[in-house]
Amino acid sequence: MPDGSSYPIVRAENLAKQVNSPEGELVLLHDIDLTIVPGEAVAIIGASGSGKSTLLGLLAGLDTPSCGQVWIDGTDLFALDEDGRARLRGAMIGFVFQSFQLLPNLTALENVMLPLELAGRDDARDVARAVLARVGLDARRNHYPKQLSGGEQQRVAIARAFAPQPKLLFADEPTGNLDRATGKRVADLLFEINQELATTLILVTHDETLAQRCNRRLELETGRLKVEA
Amino acid sequence: MNTLALAMRMLRRDWRAGELRALALALIVAVTSVTAVGFFTDRIDQALHRQANELLGADLLIASDHPLANELRSIAHQNNLRSAETLDFPSMVVAGEKTHLAEIKAVSDGYPLRGKLYTAPQRFMPDSPSSGIPQPGTVWLDAGLLGPLNIVVGDRISVGEAQLTVAAVLTREPARGGDLFSIAPRLMLNLADLPNTQLVQPASRIRYRLLVAGEAKNIAAYRTAIAHRLKPGERIEGVEDARPELRTALNRAQSFLGLAALVSVMLAGVAVAIATRRFMTRHLDNCAMMRCLGAVQSDITRIYVYQILLLGLTASLLGCMLGYAAQGVLAQVLGTMVTAELPLPSLQPVVFGVLTGMITLAAFALPPLLQLKRVPPLRVLRRDIGTPPASSLTAYGFGIAALAGLMLWQAGDLKLGGYVLGGTAAALLVLTAFALALISALRLLRHRAGVAWRFGIANITRRAQGSVVQILGFGIGIMALLLLTLVRGDLLKDWQKSLPADAPNRFLINIQPNQVPAIHDFLTRENGTEPTLFPMIRARLTGINDKAISANTYTDERAQRLVSREFNLSWGAHMQSDNQLVAGRWWSAAEHGERVLSVEEGLAKTLGITLGDTLHYMVGGDEFTAKVTSLRKVEWDSMRANFFVMAPPGALDGYPASYITSLYVPQNKPELMNKLVKAFPNVTVIDVAAIMAQVRLIMERVGLAVEYVFLFTVMAGLLVLYAAIQATLDERIRESAILRTLGARRGQLLTGLFSEFAVLGLLAGLVASTAATLLGYLLATHVFHLPFSLNFWIWLTGIVGGTLGVGLAGLLGTRFILQRPPLEVLRNSG
Repeated sequence: MPDGSSYPIVRAENLAKQVNSPEGELVLLHDIDLTIVPGEAVAIIGASGSGKSTLLGLLAGLDTPSCGQVWIDGTDLFALDEDGRARLRGAMIGFVFQSFQLLPNLTALENVMLPLELAGRDDARDVARAVLARVGLDARRNHYPKQLSGGEQQRVAIARAFAPQPKLLFADEPTGNLDRATGKRVADLLFEINQELATTLILVTHDETLAQRCNRRLELETGRLKVEA
Repeated sequence: MNTLALAMRMLRRDWRAGELRALALALIVAVTSVTAVGFFTDRIDQALHRQANELLGADLLIASDHPLANELRSIAHQNNLRSAETLDFPSMVVAGEKTHLAEIKAVSDGYPLRGKLYTAPQRFMPDSPSSGIPQPGTVWLDAGLLGPLNIVVGDRISVGEAQLTVAAVLTREPARGGDLFSIAPRLMLNLADLPNTQLVQPASRIRYRLLVAGEAKNIAAYRTAIAHRLKPGERIEGVEDARPELRTALNRAQSFLGLAALVSVMLAGVAVAIATRRFMTRHLDNCAMMRCLGAVQSDITRIYVYQILLLGLTASLLGCMLGYAAQGVLAQVLGTMVTAELPLPSLQPVVFGVLTGMITLAAFALPPLLQLKRVPPLRVLRRDIGTPPASSLTAYGFGIAALAGLMLWQAGDLKLGGYVLGGTAAALLVLTAFALALISALRLLRHRAGVAWRFGIANITRRAQGSVVQILGFGIGIMALLLLTLVRGDLLKDWQKSLPADAPNRFLINIQPNQVPAIHDFLTRENGTEPTLFPMIRARLTGINDKAISANTYTDERAQRLVSREFNLSWGAHMQSDNQLVAGRWWSAAEHGERVLSVEEGLAKTLGITLGDTLHYMVGGDEFTAKVTSLRKVEWDSMRANFFVMAPPGALDGYPASYITSLYVPQNKPELMNKLVKAFPNVTVIDVAAIMAQVRLIMERVGLAVEYVFLFTVMAGLLVLYAAIQATLDERIRESAILRTLGARRGQLLTGLFSEFAVLGLLAGLVASTAATLLGYLLATHVFHLPFSLNFWIWLTGIVGGTLGVGLAGLLGTRFILQRPPLEVLRNSG
């Protein structure tokens, strides 16, 4: 549930990104200002090439902006170095991607354990098993990603994202690679756990139905934040 | 975070997925090749160390080329040391109609002071340690003498003028424990019988030894006491300096085989680099994801470095085990030349093996792996970014330097190491340029070939950098094989051809001055040719131009050796026909008895002697001084008797001399030498053909051993191919899927694959044949001074072998890519 009284968990000011291309300077994002409070579920929508993924990359500290600032839970993201941002992600951010991004050389369980292990937690195995059971894949915990279906792989990815109980979850087209029925089940799971853990969710999608399940929608058009719905 | 546990898990999985196979195999081959050599040389080294006093037959010995003063014996007794004496020299042994050259050793009571003699009652019967030495009137023979002489224990034989009974077969003897290259089998007799043989004559070449044994402190006291009493030509050999010549030979073998093994290490390193680069590109996504999940750069580095270290350690240890098994073959090939029993190897080669494995990894695997930490996390959203550029040569700088260090260490000598390093670098540069030129030439052919061949050739030119590496990889392997089989055979044949058919095949030595006319007549009558008998006077060079010289005066090894032993001086009125004057002038008849000398130019150069110098010699106890008035070039390959230093007739009168001659004995006169030895028992016949056969056998065995070590080079070359195929596999799978959707038939694709690898093999064969021919030419003209002849077979074998070998191996390695359905491939790679 959104908690309007809290200070924002994500705040962006004057955020912009330009790149050099053969045709000259290309502006991917213009002056983005936004504020997201803890517990909120926010959808970033827009057509292909509108800058959704670029914005997600900047908000998560995966990329650096041309100008502007981002604060995550009060920390100035770009005042940190690359490793500092990695530590911040490890401590409070989870990810779910369209292409699942499971490590092919680790089992389902090991994939879920990975962020916990990276954070140095001793109870990684127990926690990971519990979360894997929560997404209904305990029986398949020793399977490798390529032995799982697309839907199962995305459920493992959701378990991995939620296992460290992040304050903030970024999801990039989480159902984009799945058929409609599977996509719906995965989306249900994502929203359920999100509510259980009161995680702030930032969801990038071009799927209207998925976007409507969020508290708020931010629409991007050619790199500009168009409407705040 | 427990990065080690994570690294182990990932390693296990990557191993199962086959991603690390090429890397591990390359390391295993590298470590196996160096440890096989290491274990083998370690065993011989240990045999020398452990049995050092047994090898000496004593705790300390004094060796000399003249009888030793009694003083040395009495000081030994004053120091409570036991002592024994031996004399040894080559001589002929006669039994009935048969004669054979033997290494005679006369021993005194108490010999050996350390270790035991082993004898058997008859040939092929078990031996046992024997107490004592042959009784007076009897001899013990090496089994190698019984056969040729056609005798058994109990028969009588002649040694010089003495008739002796064979009492036992000598099977093992301490001081012979490590003889690598002895020219004849042993005959041991009691020192008391030696005078009866009448073989010890003035100027005969005999090695005298005084052996002592006792408590360590007494040995040390004795050593100090006699140190300043030793005369020129006398030297002390302790346990630590036992068999210096064997040690030198071993060190040479060690560095040579070791360097040959390092060629495999270098190639394996290339395979490691290719395999690691592929491993790295396949792990970019993983790294990006781990960065997303909070892994800092050092975590990534640690995970991959741990993985590679674990793999390296396991592969290295496995390589050590295989190396241990492989050294058995080397011991079989070369070990039989060492009569001592070989002890089990120590663990030292394991250390060297693991070190080699780790240095190879550090050199070739770390640079690409260290790039992984720089993968941007944004790659999870955009797969097109974050592929690091290929590591530059400087990234491999540390590793290449470490590998160069290994080479220097293995060469054991900075100068040799420098040559090897420089040679390797230059050869690699030249071969790279050659390979690049060949690839460029391919581009011209491309448009003339059919579609399948065009596709194959296009693949080579497109991946030019990788192609060069592969061509060099196989090229070096094929070259090593060509060099050791065809080129070695050619050189041997050329050398044999360079000898005239009637080149002397027997040397007669130890001819006494009073026997000269009789032997001259005997040979003229029986052999139909008039022999030239040359006098020989044994003299030691003690000074040049009033300046005393000793072995310490020189740094050059050959000079040291020449100065520490005696020379044979000779005289003659005319210069021999195979000699050529290069400076000064030959003496005239009027200069009879003048104290002038003619010196061989090579010797003069080594010892720093120039025209006009005065040389000081010691002959027996007397001094002989003469001036150098000419320098000569000598054709040593003529097989005729020749001398470093000659004087005019009369100059050396009054000094003790023996005579030498060389002659050609036709094969149809086998009885001639037997007759001669019977008539002149003190004369020693040296069968040059037999010695050459032995030298050839040794060369063949050493060649076989080197060939064996080079097998690892070929294996490493194949691993370069394997790693290269693996590295391009993903791309090939995608390409073949696209081609199949465009309608390419299976046969066309297979032809394309075969043509690519066959052309690579052809180019490698071309590089190898060129390099082998060039090296063969350099060896023939600069090292062996032989006329060089081009061998067509080198080209045919190299090119056909390379084309078919690499073509088929490549096809075998890639043909399964056609088994994947195109749709599956295209969907997965999209």
